[in-house]
Amino acid sequence: MEHENKSPWWQKALQSGLIGGIIAILAALIGMVESFHARDIIAGQISMGETLLLLLIVGFAYTSSRDERLPISNRVLSGVITGVVIAVMMVGFIMLGKVVNLRSILVNASPVLYKILTFDMENASAAYGYLIGISAITSLAVSLIHAIPPLWRRAINTGFTIVLLLALLQDLLRITLTPFPAVTEALAWMFGKRGEQGLSVVGAVVVFIVVAGFNLLSAMNRDAIRKRSQALPSGTQKALRWTSWGLLAAFLLIWPRIAGPVLSDVTNSVGLYILMGLGLNIVVGYAGLLDLGYVAFYALGAFTMGVLTTTGGEIFFDFQWTFWEALPFAVLVAGLAGVFLGIPVLKIRGDYLAIITLGFGEIIRIMFLSDFLKPYFGGSFGIVSIATPTVGSTLLNTPQTLYYVILAACLVALFVAYRLRDSRIGRAWKAIREDEDVAQAMGINLTSTKLLAFATGAAFGGLSGAIFAAKLSTVYPHSFTLITSINVLALIIVGGMGSLPGVIVGGLLLVGLPELLREFSEFRLLIFGILLIAMMLNKPEGFLPEAVHRREFHEDENLSPATGD
Amino acid sequence: MRQRFLNRINFTDVSLAIIGTAFVGLIVVGSFKTLVEGNYTTRQWLDFVVFGIAQGSIYALIALGYTLVYGILRMINFAHSEVFMAGSYTAYFAAAAMAKSGFTRENTLGAILVLFAVAMATSTFIGVLVERIAYRPLRRAPRLVPLITAIGASEVLKYIFKGLYGDQFKAYPEIEALKGSYTWGDINITKIQVVVILSAAFLMLALYLYVQYTKTGKAMRAVSEDKDVAALMGINVDAIIVRTFVLGAALAGAAGILYAITFRQVNFFMGFIPGIKAFTAAVLGGIGNIPGAMVGGIFLGLFESVGPILFLDGLNVPAPYQLKDVIAFSMLVLVLLFRPSGILGERLSRNKA
Repeated sequence: MEHENKSPWWQKALQSGLIGGIIAILAALIGMVESFHARDIIAGQISMGETLLLLLIVGFAYTSSRDERLPISNRVLSGVITGVVIAVMMVGFIMLGKVVNLRSILVNASPVLYKILTFDMENASAAYGYLIGISAITSLAVSLIHAIPPLWRRAINTGFTIVLLLALLQDLLRITLTPFPAVTEALAWMFGKRGEQGLSVVGAVVVFIVVAGFNLLSAMNRDAIRKRSQALPSGTQKALRWTSWGLLAAFLLIWPRIAGPVLSDVTNSVGLYILMGLGLNIVVGYAGLLDLGYVAFYALGAFTMGVLTTTGGEIFFDFQWTFWEALPFAVLVAGLAGVFLGIPVLKIRGDYLAIITLGFGEIIRIMFLSDFLKPYFGGSFGIVSIATPTVGSTLLNTPQTLYYVILAACLVALFVAYRLRDSRIGRAWKAIREDEDVAQAMGINLTSTKLLAFATGAAFGGLSGAIFAAKLSTVYPHSFTLITSINVLALIIVGGMGSLPGVIVGGLLLVGLPELLREFSEFRLLIFGILLIAMMLNKPEGFLPEAVHRREFHEDENLSPATGD
Repeated sequence: MRQRFLNRINFTDVSLAIIGTAFVGLIVVGSFKTLVEGNYTTRQWLDFVVFGIAQGSIYALIALGYTLVYGILRMINFAHSEVFMAGSYTAYFAAAAMAKSGFTRENTLGAILVLFAVAMATSTFIGVLVERIAYRPLRRAPRLVPLITAIGASEVLKYIFKGLYGDQFKAYPEIEALKGSYTWGDINITKIQVVVILSAAFLMLALYLYVQYTKTGKAMRAVSEDKDVAALMGINVDAIIVRTFVLGAALAGAAGILYAITFRQVNFFMGFIPGIKAFTAAVLGGIGNIPGAMVGGIFLGLFESVGPILFLDGLNVPAPYQLKDVIAFSMLVLVLLFRPSGILGERLSRNKA
């Protein structure tokens, strides 16, 4: 029931400026600006903290100048109003902060913050003018973008996005290029001087021009390119496809050599999360059963691995198996636990299922933590000296070698999930997700189908947990909090529920990126939360959606709205 | 005949019956053994009971927020635990300032009222904000969608407050006038517990009267019956939903103060456990049912304070108090399994459950 907003355009612009200003001040007060300031986007010129504020201005100016019913002059004006209001509010905040000591309550309102916000300028009023001026210019430029043709607009957007990504991911790029000194040398102009972070000014401009130009050219000739590639003989097309798969496989195989230990370790965490994501994707994405206690299975896999292989002797059990002997059991235990925890919740749906599984996750964690089970699982100290995987006589104890174990596990899980998707059972899961009662009426056995979803999902989680235990060679209950469940849920939702490429992209984005950008990690869950809300409001099907889901979420745009409940 | 009987029982019901019997068996055996061993005096048991009632009335206040929103929107407001935290955490600064200036000592009642006002105002603001941003645009979306935004909102609020106020535990200043306790025979009750129980009872009574006897209350009940028909009857549904959030959030803010004067420690993560327990309480009493939330809260508080000792001590479980959360969550599971409508709830139709 969307009410038509009748307020005049300038009032809306003012409003969105006020909201933007509050968000900008909040971003400063929770310490985001200050901690992002430590990283440079353009070496010595623009820091990530300033970029954050700029992006806020850009975003708000863009949305407030989007209303196509207004004449272009009014649209530009509303964009500028929004930008200026944001800047004025920031200035007001800085002035207030200099008079009142906010720090006694708000821990992040430090002198450093004000210094960042006033660009380290001595003269306060000059700084305020500068802030408002920059904001006005930026919002003017952003609003004017509506006046240029969409093809160009897209090229400019892509150019800026790539520059930003490149600047954020420069560490990754620098590390991966280390084995190739020639390339490093050749690209030296792109980055700031030694010891500096960020792109150089020249680098940023060149990258922007190249990317935007390429995007523009390919967009202009898109039809011609498509026609030519379709005109290729089918043999060549096939060969091309196989070559690209082959290249991907080769890249995956040599990745740890390029990446070095630190990046390999990051990749391994991403892999473990992708593994969990694939499992939860079966439960939530395929079968539509919202499980918030997924970490329980991860924990069970890890503890089974711990109990079966530990040589520490602190606990009651003394199996001392090898990694490979214990692995199937870890998966099995997690899968069985999936069935056992699944049985009681068979009849429970939706919100209740979410809260009850959340309860299960907590129960399992508290049990592992308790004195009651301490003789078996080591209480809060957990289990130490867990076996590392071996191949022949080589220990796979470095991140670079363990990578292959995780890669293999991911590939197996991906294959299983892919084959299950369109199988009989996969279609049964989707039927349950769409409508349980109808599915049952169509002859689907709800009990076995749901339990199978829980068991398969749990088994993937267990596999991930088992490798996690071997990776750290210790497990303790504090690693298995609700936060892990939320992380996994966020990654499958951002990627697109039910979509396999979505899980991988989600894992790379939500686990890989925060690990690379340590400034992010403090605000990781905050950003995840914002992502979850923003995704659900604007793009509930995720970035790489499954076709069915996309149709489902945009149903009302095709059908008449009267059919809603 | 035999075949027909076999057809009628199904796997789910049988396994549920087994789980239920096992739980009841454990509880009965455990309680029996504990009582026979008699390691605890009557006085100790009464202490547990009093503590349970005080704790339970805090749960009940939070549970009312879940129940009110569920009654109207049929959704679990996952961010409610953070609404509770926001009030309590923000009021800490008022408490610290008043303790420092000596106002708390001179005018204790005034100071406590100020605390309540600060906490309830903050919580209300946050609650309404969450409704506006995360729930209102999604009124007609599939049910999974608002649930996920609620989880997102909960994380966002947690970490915004962490960023604003820092991540350390903050110790609420002690209130002089609330030290000490009253004793009648074997019953020993601290002054803080008296304050907690009385204020919770007062607020719950006020809410009950408001919902039963005012025009807004009537409109709220109408909206919870059927939104569309209520709108046709001239009720502004959105405005009523906002008022519902206001009521729930204000009660959560008050609960935040009661929690803070009882446990005297606040931090950004404090909402999670009380939040999920209060949800349990709401389910226990019958979600969507206001007296149910009150009864459920008290019940859960009692279970949690008496339960670990009563059920587990006899089974020789070391440190049974560590497992009190397990008992609370198991209660949730058992209630959802065997009586999803709760103690006082009406039989839920299938699309509600």
